[in-house]
Amino acid sequence: MAEPDRADPDPEQAWDGPRQPWLLNGDCRGPRHRSLLLEITTRAVFPTVLVFSVYLLLVGHYGPGGGFSAGLVAGLAFVLRHIAGGGGDLGSGRAVRPPTVIGAGMAVGVVSALLPLAFGLRVLESAKLGAALPVLGAVEVQTSLFLEVGVYLLIVGVVLELLRSLGSGIERDLEESGERARQ
Amino acid sequence: MSTVITLPVLLPMLGAAVTVVFARSPVLQRVVGVVVLAVVAALAGVLLVVADGSGPVVAELGGWAAPVGIALVADRLSALLLLVSTLVTLAVLVYAIDQRIADYGRGTASTTFHPMYLMLSAGVSLAYLTGDLFTLFVAFEVMLTASYVLISRRTTATRVRAGMTYVTVSLMSSLLFLTAIAMVYAATGTVNLADLAGRMDALPAELRTVLGLMLLVVFGIKAAIVPLHFWLPDSYPNAPGPVAALFAGLLTKVGFYAMLRTQTLLFSRDEPWTLMLVLAVATMLIGALGALAQNDLNRLLSFLLVSHIGFMLFGLAVFDAESVGGAALYAAHHITVLATLFLVSGLITRRTGTVALDQMGGLVGTAPGLAVLFVIPALTLAGIPPTAGFVAKLALLEAGVGAGSGPVAVAGVVIVASLLTLVALVRVWVRVFWGEPRPALPDDDPDDEVVVGTAATAAPMYAATAGLVAVSLAISVFAGPLTAMTDRAGVDLLDRGPYRVAVLGDAP
Repeated sequence: MAEPDRADPDPEQAWDGPRQPWLLNGDCRGPRHRSLLLEITTRAVFPTVLVFSVYLLLVGHYGPGGGFSAGLVAGLAFVLRHIAGGGGDLGSGRAVRPPTVIGAGMAVGVVSALLPLAFGLRVLESAKLGAALPVLGAVEVQTSLFLEVGVYLLIVGVVLELLRSLGSGIERDLEESGERARQ
Repeated sequence: MSTVITLPVLLPMLGAAVTVVFARSPVLQRVVGVVVLAVVAALAGVLLVVADGSGPVVAELGGWAAPVGIALVADRLSALLLLVSTLVTLAVLVYAIDQRIADYGRGTASTTFHPMYLMLSAGVSLAYLTGDLFTLFVAFEVMLTASYVLISRRTTATRVRAGMTYVTVSLMSSLLFLTAIAMVYAATGTVNLADLAGRMDALPAELRTVLGLMLLVVFGIKAAIVPLHFWLPDSYPNAPGPVAALFAGLLTKVGFYAMLRTQTLLFSRDEPWTLMLVLAVATMLIGALGALAQNDLNRLLSFLLVSHIGFMLFGLAVFDAESVGGAALYAAHHITVLATLFLVSGLITRRTGTVALDQMGGLVGTAPGLAVLFVIPALTLAGIPPTAGFVAKLALLEAGVGAGSGPVAVAGVVIVASLLTLVALVRVWVRVFWGEPRPALPDDDPDDEVVVGTAATAAPMYAATAGLVAVSLAISVFAGPLTAMTDRAGVDLLDRGPYRVAVLGDAP
């Protein structure tokens, strides 16, 4: 009997590889496939895009944005890293297994749907929470934000899972076609 | 109560999330799956009692009132089917878990099986409970997406081909469904079923016919009614045993439930529905005749599955309170009996190493327990008294005979199809259980999960199957109260009043 699908193999292997300050640690790639410009740009843009995605997440209740689009934007940041650094680079993606991110997102979503019950409200009902914070001043939060956080995590997890499962295949195809072109 | 009705959807989703996160702990996955489904079954029982006692239970999600917000509704029909479906889901999960333990050992976890199984259960619950056409679409998508994964795990070339048919046909029907919803919304300005029930009557007759037919085709594909059934005998036999049992038990019946709900609520009619009578005849006969021609046990069961969808269509076609209630009872019986037969087929296959009927024999001597487990659901499916199948069929026939000449003729076809079912099942009995015992066939491809070859069976696998047989027997034992209840359900469905008042308040 064959083995069934086990939980993924150890994800830590590629994660603690050597790190360089500015270049992505795509040490599995041949120099032929690396683009200095793209890698450095990615290095600079990656955190910015992530921060922007969090902004979209927070602003989503009243403005354009929300958990879904924020998750996609964050996912695109990881896609960019994948394009620049190759499958070996998705360090920040591999520190946590993508299914765990998906599961955590779903758990957050379902729990936030049930949480209003604890306060005597109905399932999925939302309320406005206000607080005066030291630096930011008065802050208002709609509790549906928690559901949005769940959606955000779910989408990021799905994009990472796609990159992991399909991304390596795309890379292999590219390399093969590149080799054919050179021959 | 309005909280209880959301839990059959939310708990399996939470369970799916937990089983994904703790993918490395097989014990936790199994415990979560079984506990969640057991709790959902208990809640469904509570819902059924409450819905039968004091009218439909309604939850307005997020506190938004019905025509705008999404309502979850549990009336007698949906609570009954939810209860039966969850019991089947639970039994099949126990069977599947023990099959995996028998095949791969106790320590194997799965990142896909348990989460997808629970998501499918959540989708099925939502499909039964939703009172909103678009949410019904979402429920179907959740259910089908999970089923795509379950049917195409560990693929071989044949299975990819079978899976492709299944996925393509399902996507096609989803697309049609979405189009139909868009058209319904364009015509009426609402997708809330209770609200639609009022507004549909005001539409021109032609438009109503078009919308009705579109929804009929959509749910007809999912319920496998005859011109649209071709995908089913191709794909189900290619799924792993327990998965095939789950699909056979639930998916087509969810399609039929949606058809029953939408046709009774949105497109009420005063006389028997001729088109549906014709479809019922075609489904019954073509399914049963197809079954006679099969040599593959699972394909044979798939054709019988299709054939017996026709019985329910007959109930819908006659379109009076009694017949619609009979169709609901038949659906409940059909869910349990088909799942049981597919599980038994899995047990048989693990002894014989093949699904080909002409290569088996003599199991009655070597596995008498298995013979008993096969005979009871087989007689139930054929509708021999005093089984549940007989009770359900009697309800349908009684309704049909009193409804004019067309339905009476179709009632005759019901009896013919029952006899053909019996012939097909007797053929299985003779080939599989009688005759000289044959040695089990060797397993050509040990890696393949579907063509299992002989393998050990664990006692819980028998227990799960026997549990389903017990559910089916319980339906026949409690036939009196159940028939009375489904009769009330039928009256509710055609009256439409209680449902609308429960969802919209007294306003309409």
